[in-house]
Amino acid sequence: MRYNKKSTASLKSTNVALQYRKQSRANMLWRQFKKNKGAVSGLVLIVVIILIAVASNFIWDYDTQITGMNSLERLLSPSLSHPFGTDHMGRDVLARVCYGARYSLLIGFSAVSISMIFGAIIGSIAGYYGGRVESIIMRIVELFLMIPAILLVIIFVSVFGTSLLNLIIGLGASTIPHFARNARASVMTVRGSEFVEAAKAVGASDLRIIFDHVLPNAFSPILVQATTRIASCIIDAAAFSFLGLGVPAPLPEWGAMLADARQFLRDHPNLTVAPGVAIMLTVFAVNLIGDGLRDALDPKLKK
Amino acid sequence: MRLLERCANDAISTNSERNTGFEGENVLEVKDLRIRYETEDAVVYAVNGVNLTLKRQCTLGLVGETGAGKTTTVLSLLRLVPSPPGVIASGEIIVNGRNVMQMSSRELQQMRGNEIAMIFQDPMTSLNPVMRVGDQIAESIRKHEKVSKKESLERAKETLLKVGITADRANDYPHQFSGGMKQRVVIAIALACNPTILIADEPTTALDVTIQAQVLEMMKALKDEYKTATIMITHDLGIVAETCDEVAVMYAGRIVERGTLREVFKETKHPYTEGLFNSLPDINDRKSELRPIKGQTPDPMKTYPGCVFVERCPYAVDACFEGYPDEVQFSDTHYAACKGYNDKSFHIMRGG
Amino acid sequence: MLRYFLKRLALFIPIIILVSFIVYGLMSLSGDPAQTIAGDDMTEEQIEMLREKMGLNAPFLIRYGRYIIKAMQGDFGEGLYGKNVWNEYISRLPYTIVLAVVSMILMVLLSVPLGIIAALKRNTWIDAIVSAIAVIGLSIPGFWLGIMLILWFALGYRLVPTGGATTWSSIILPALTAAAPNAALVCRTTRSTLLDALSADYLRTARAKGVDESTVVLRHALGNALIPIITIVGSQFSILIGGTVVVETVFSWPGVGNLIVTAVRGNDYNMVTGCVVLTTVLVALILLGVDMMYALVDPRIKAQYSRR
Repeated sequence: MRYNKKSTASLKSTNVALQYRKQSRANMLWRQFKKNKGAVSGLVLIVVIILIAVASNFIWDYDTQITGMNSLERLLSPSLSHPFGTDHMGRDVLARVCYGARYSLLIGFSAVSISMIFGAIIGSIAGYYGGRVESIIMRIVELFLMIPAILLVIIFVSVFGTSLLNLIIGLGASTIPHFARNARASVMTVRGSEFVEAAKAVGASDLRIIFDHVLPNAFSPILVQATTRIASCIIDAAAFSFLGLGVPAPLPEWGAMLADARQFLRDHPNLTVAPGVAIMLTVFAVNLIGDGLRDALDPKLKK
Repeated sequence: MRLLERCANDAISTNSERNTGFEGENVLEVKDLRIRYETEDAVVYAVNGVNLTLKRQCTLGLVGETGAGKTTTVLSLLRLVPSPPGVIASGEIIVNGRNVMQMSSRELQQMRGNEIAMIFQDPMTSLNPVMRVGDQIAESIRKHEKVSKKESLERAKETLLKVGITADRANDYPHQFSGGMKQRVVIAIALACNPTILIADEPTTALDVTIQAQVLEMMKALKDEYKTATIMITHDLGIVAETCDEVAVMYAGRIVERGTLREVFKETKHPYTEGLFNSLPDINDRKSELRPIKGQTPDPMKTYPGCVFVERCPYAVDACFEGYPDEVQFSDTHYAACKGYNDKSFHIMRGG
Repeated sequence: MLRYFLKRLALFIPIIILVSFIVYGLMSLSGDPAQTIAGDDMTEEQIEMLREKMGLNAPFLIRYGRYIIKAMQGDFGEGLYGKNVWNEYISRLPYTIVLAVVSMILMVLLSVPLGIIAALKRNTWIDAIVSAIAVIGLSIPGFWLGIMLILWFALGYRLVPTGGATTWSSIILPALTAAAPNAALVCRTTRSTLLDALSADYLRTARAKGVDESTVVLRHALGNALIPIITIVGSQFSILIGGTVVVETVFSWPGVGNLIVTAVRGNDYNMVTGCVVLTTVLVALILLGVDMMYALVDPRIKAQYSRR
């Protein structure tokens, strides 16, 4: 916007000086977040799921109930002692589903954490320094983006074998380009702004500028994207386990449970219900939180 | 003598030759208009009892600070006040003899662009980026007149010529024009159907100074050619001096003073208007301190029992706190809302 | 226009080469193919001779060079059990393409109109319901949805077959399953894009001209909103192709995704490499097409290239 720089007949109003209450950003974010009922219920749900995941270890015994085999009690229908029935190895489905929460949560959070950190660093460097550095980095990022994410993970798993760790690393690595692109865009908008120039003029080092000015601004969109990514990672992890390319048996991961259940679809369809609903609820909770964060962080609240 | 005063004198002497044409009917009458915005957090009282009249071919300058309620007032003339938060609480708006408040939406659509047109402040965002400029003008013409698409495009090109843009540019998109030219296109759209009233909401604020002068010159020429009555909203008294025949000064949702250019500039009556003139820097006396109006604009979310300006007025007396002042008449055309004049000997320092 | 097209096409080849380089490079980190073929039967010397014969002892770039040159002639080598990679891929590709196209159509038909309606009726119960369905749709794992659909419609009501590509109706469930999660995303994006367009200043100008409200919304707002919507839909295509991997497995659909999964499970590295490279080329082609379409639709880009 250009202002008239006339020195003669130009009135400026005596603007009311608005006083912002001095609150930390986190505080303001939380207050805004709280207003969204959906987001808060999502948060509550996630906390419940985390508690279940942690508590499962103490409620059930891993070796016998979760991964053991009990031929006597195979494929029982739901009853009081087995609210969701038993699977083809005689294990209680409820126990396995509850225990399985830890895998989904673990994979989701750790894979996204890895990719968020690496992606943000790469993207910030590219965005901040510009020029050849940026071109080279971003070309490489775009090349990786051309390969469908699933195929990238497939490559990774096929080379390094199927295991929990490989799944986490593979999923993490395949998401790095998305965060890199996001970080770079945020950094670029900040880079051109005047307070960065001011900081440079005062003699701040590049690193300090990145930490004090650039990262806080880039933080919001990355955080929102992180929640979306956690949601898709959980689904993707389950999908890979379903295909047999993820978490190996006999770990009670939800996707793997669904793969087993599929064999008995005709006669025991109830086995497919619990793990699927579990995935859905978890991802739903994460999505609600993500939406809440996005609305809370968005300066132009779309009301 | 201040630069502004000289401009004003020139303008007044030129205008007084044309002033006789203004005993005509009123193309616009606004009576006791009150508008508020009902938001989640609070109610904002934007317009609190505005009276305006606009005569045929006359240019009325609507002056005031940001937030005074100018834009809301003129938006209501077209019934374009955004309606979930905005509520026109009371008042009459009569355009060309018809009451806008009672019109159906179809009648309103026919009126907009045809009898009364508006140009907005920021030309960068006022034009549809994916529509050709000629089409945007032609759309207005086709809406109000029964012409074929081809004819409307021809007319659009003619209008472009009038605003100083070559006809072959009708096929270009808005992003291919500079800021000043975009604003010309906006003006072309507004004038395409030859409206009786043109509302210009700070049309040059977003432009460079030199472009500003060009656009204003063009607007003046067009005004003479099309014979449109204009409401020119601005916070720049220089523009008012250059282009306006009558002036209305707005503060906190009310018109505090209105009159002809000469009356308001040289026979200023309201303390706020005086404050506006006083806060202009004097080009001849570079060493003098600036004299802004002390205090701040009042909170639009509150209503005030007395005069709205009382906290900042150097002439305030006790009576000013009780009840909003009635308009005092100084001539057929000159009014000011100030209780000071209840005392016959009262006068402000400027002019008078 | 032609210039833009040619420019993008010219970039296409090097991009393909680079991407295949990445894929080949990553895959070559896997085990020793000679060892896999040999199994336990051969001695160490015999395996070494096999490696020589297969050209595995050459430096990496040479191996890559050979691979690319052969690939450009359509020879992607053989997988385990002597199956020709190219033939296998090509024979299955039509199934995947059909699935992708039908899913795409379904997705657009489901999501865009709902997104538009939700944006127009913002903050009413219609909007709430559509948004809720969208969030739920985003949260459903695709493969589980597929299983559920099989359960109800194939096993339960016996309307469609449970899998395979036997009859015309075989495609309904797979396409729906592939379309649904993407549809949720596109629906939300459509809604927010349209909401942005609806708050634009030029709509105010249009209203001030006297244009009636439905024209303002349809021609002016939607006209602008459709451009980003088209790009989103286009980019979803590549995700869709990736997603077919899962859907094909659930429904035993004889497409490319199924092939890849089987190959990975069987450690058939050559097959995996070939399939991933070919699929990436396919996706790159599609993205190129989307770019073209974007240029055709957005006058800001069109104008850059046509006024010369």
